[in-house]
Amino acid sequence: MATVLADTDSTAVPGGTPVPEAVVVRFAGDSGDGMQLTGGQFTLSTALAGNDLATFPDFPAEIRAPQGTLFGVSAFQINFGSTSIETAGDAPDVLIAMNPAALKTNLSALKPGGLVIADTGEFTKRNLEKAKYDVSPIDDGSLAKWDVLAFDISALTLESVKPFGLGNKEALRCKNMWTLGLALWMFDRDRAPIVQWLNDKFRKNPVLAEANIAALNAGHAYGETAELAGPLKKLHLDPVPTAPGVYRTVTGAEAVSLGLVAGAQLAELPMFFGGYPITPASAILHNLAKLKEFGVTTFQAEDEIAAICSAIGASYAGQLGVTSSSGPGIALKGEAMGLAIMTELPLVIVNSQRGGPSTGLPTKTEQSDLYQAVYGRNGDAPLPVIAARSPADAFECAIEACRIAVQYMTPVILLTDGYIGNAAEPWAVPDPSAYAPFPAKFLAENNNAEGGKVLPYKRDANGVRPWIKPGTPGLMHRIGGIEKAIDTGDLDYSPVVHQAQTDARKAKIDGVAKGIPDQEVTCGTETGKLVVVGWGSTYGPIIQAVRRARAKGLDVSHVHVRHIWPLPANLGELLKGYERVLVPEMNTGQFKTVLRDQYLVDAKPLNKTSGQPFTIAELEAAIEAALA
Amino acid sequence: MNDMTPIAVKTTLKDWESDQEVRWCPGCGDYAILKAVQRTLPELGADPANTVFVSGIGCSSRFPYYVESYGFHTIHGRAPAVATGVKLANPELDIWLVTGDGDGMSIGGNHTMHLLRRNLNCQVMLFNNEIYGLTKGQYSPTSREGTSSPTTPLGSVDRPALPCAFALGSGARFIARAYDTGKQLPDVLKAAYYHRGAAFVEIFQNCIVYNKDRFADFTEKAVADSHQLWLKDGEPMLFAKGTKGITLDREALTLKVVDVVDGDWQAAGVITHNVKNKAIAHMLVEMPFGPFPMALGVLFDDARPTYEDAVLGQDAKAREGKVADLGKLLAKGQTWTVSGTAADPI
Repeated sequence: MATVLADTDSTAVPGGTPVPEAVVVRFAGDSGDGMQLTGGQFTLSTALAGNDLATFPDFPAEIRAPQGTLFGVSAFQINFGSTSIETAGDAPDVLIAMNPAALKTNLSALKPGGLVIADTGEFTKRNLEKAKYDVSPIDDGSLAKWDVLAFDISALTLESVKPFGLGNKEALRCKNMWTLGLALWMFDRDRAPIVQWLNDKFRKNPVLAEANIAALNAGHAYGETAELAGPLKKLHLDPVPTAPGVYRTVTGAEAVSLGLVAGAQLAELPMFFGGYPITPASAILHNLAKLKEFGVTTFQAEDEIAAICSAIGASYAGQLGVTSSSGPGIALKGEAMGLAIMTELPLVIVNSQRGGPSTGLPTKTEQSDLYQAVYGRNGDAPLPVIAARSPADAFECAIEACRIAVQYMTPVILLTDGYIGNAAEPWAVPDPSAYAPFPAKFLAENNNAEGGKVLPYKRDANGVRPWIKPGTPGLMHRIGGIEKAIDTGDLDYSPVVHQAQTDARKAKIDGVAKGIPDQEVTCGTETGKLVVVGWGSTYGPIIQAVRRARAKGLDVSHVHVRHIWPLPANLGELLKGYERVLVPEMNTGQFKTVLRDQYLVDAKPLNKTSGQPFTIAELEAAIEAALA
Repeated sequence: MNDMTPIAVKTTLKDWESDQEVRWCPGCGDYAILKAVQRTLPELGADPANTVFVSGIGCSSRFPYYVESYGFHTIHGRAPAVATGVKLANPELDIWLVTGDGDGMSIGGNHTMHLLRRNLNCQVMLFNNEIYGLTKGQYSPTSREGTSSPTTPLGSVDRPALPCAFALGSGARFIARAYDTGKQLPDVLKAAYYHRGAAFVEIFQNCIVYNKDRFADFTEKAVADSHQLWLKDGEPMLFAKGTKGITLDREALTLKVVDVVDGDWQAAGVITHNVKNKAIAHMLVEMPFGPFPMALGVLFDDARPTYEDAVLGQDAKAREGKVADLGKLLAKGQTWTVSGTAADPI
């Protein structure tokens, strides 16, 4: 849409006279300060104002880390504007720091000339010590390159909620709403939806609702009065020009859940979801547990292995089995995935990737489970792998995973990551009737033309075996993880049979490529000097970096791959049309290896494993270097 | 399980024999168990099309291949988890779980515990031969202390697990014991079948290659009477042709063997078995063989609501009066409408 250089290319908010096309705001505070909630509500308000947006929640692994500490800081960044937004923004224009630790850990990201809003009420000697400050940075001139608005938000909050008679601790909890009120004023937002949300949230405790609303209003009023005095300016960003329709915001975890429900409906199957709590995948289990009326049964299993095995059992019995986890849990599921491959049962496995190995970085994002997804099982165990590129795209990918699982009688891995899972973006609400159904078929009668016993492993033209529900009269048979004879599925591990079945399993999965669309060029031209090949959540920064480079006249294109395995049939040919191939990944070069292996192409890696997404600037620099 | 079998289907033993060649070692106790099951199923009126045998890995877990019904030979230790998914997806299916001491008590101990705790309606047959057979004779979690095996050449030092005690501790509501060649096995299986909920049956099984005659000290004909205590609900705990019985030492709160003179078990203080008495069950599952006879038959049977009834009942209630409108679901939460003509979005 319109101009394409908007992501974070705005002038800083304060002082800058022209209204920027986009603004990046980061809320940072103690993990108990409610920053994620504040960010979530600010996001909703942004969406309702018609701005495009992308968010990046960044929180510690500890639920309540010791108060005031550096490692206990929780942050929520949002990039929004009157133009197309694809990333959460490279660097904030505004940093709202609720305590010294939040200031310290987030300040370096802030743009020069950006605005710091700090709650001096929390800049006590003790909190400064916890944040390893000798002197308060507000007083020692170290913030000179930024605009600083430091005042006692804590005291102002206490004052605003005084009439409600809350205890000191409870009253201070309203600080986040006070801050949100100020942010709403800054960006000319309507308070009504937030008031409605607060009334709803505290339905059972109207006093708390009123106190929070009072704090929200007080923060808003503060903006009005402080405007003339300080660096604070009111900014109105126009709605982004968008196709007509109904919109909502959606996180990746929500989109995956909804996509699975839609996928099961399109397959005309009840869904069985076996899960085990793990960050950042649990949200999918939480979401689906509330959707029973859509024929969903959720089962919180005793462990990751039981989660997938129960889903396999449900698929065997004729439902759509689904399981979900993150890297460590996926590792535990590996053997059972092999069972689903061997027994050729449909199954969807969602991996919300996080930093690894081992426990790694539970709440940070990474793309380092690609090898695990494509190769990570014993034996020759091929299965299709799909990767979502954004929260909204996760909906489409979940449907696609269900389709392939049912049509090819195979487990399918859907890769998302912590960033996609938690981030929100506006989403044009899809019309379910626009999707082609793919109803599951069950064998009802003996498929043995010669009249002998049923043939559970008789393959069709696509190499797919029939799905036979236990309970069907006359079709009794046995399946298992052990190698099996052609057609009959009887236990058989003779050399010729294992060779034939290994080949058949591989050919079936390779054949999935025939049913997927050809790879398109996401941005740019079909040949040229440089192509940036991405997959998953690097979509946002790559597309913006490529657009900017192209606007500067550089010959660079972007190819973003959804089908990681099997790869789209034309991808090899497409890549050969470019002189150079650059593969940015949040890992040490996993997709690069797959591309090299499959196409003997000289793919060059660009890797980042800091637990943070790529910035547009990093990718722009890499593109320029690759073309230099 | 099954008090809700819709139509009793007429079958014979032959109908339950699959066309697969049985591949256990000649003389293996598994043959006797297979026959007992195949003989029992027709008596229960079970329907092969509605019956699913689910197993893990090990000698015992080859069992499903030999029964003409639906069968799923899964992976090591995970049969309870697979069975849970099968049952929740189709509660009408009648599920038999086949596992062993390695499969069910070691690698799959966690799943066994949770299946019993949840009370999934199925029959769990744990073939206990106190050894790893299929991997060639390593000691198992139920092997007795001092078991010499390839991995314990100096004898095992860990204390054996007691499957029935484990099951009771896990919250199982039906616990029974039998042995492969015992003529009472079909009756025990029937009792398990008629119990609605998870029915746990430990079956001592003779591994003639790696742990031959391990249970001979109570299964041999010559010692059977004197060393087997067959429990029957409401009947006195008598053995050795009624000349001995079990009493409760009320001071020590332990069981005790007493002599019964002239059949007057009441005078000897012999207690009667009550399958619903959990305290008795606790003592029976721990009753050491040697000083005591082997407790066999139904040790505990006190049904509680099943897991699938609870889960699916809750699901059904949650669905009451609700319409599954996907379009509405997708548009849930706060939405906004963009109208008019706009530039094409990306």
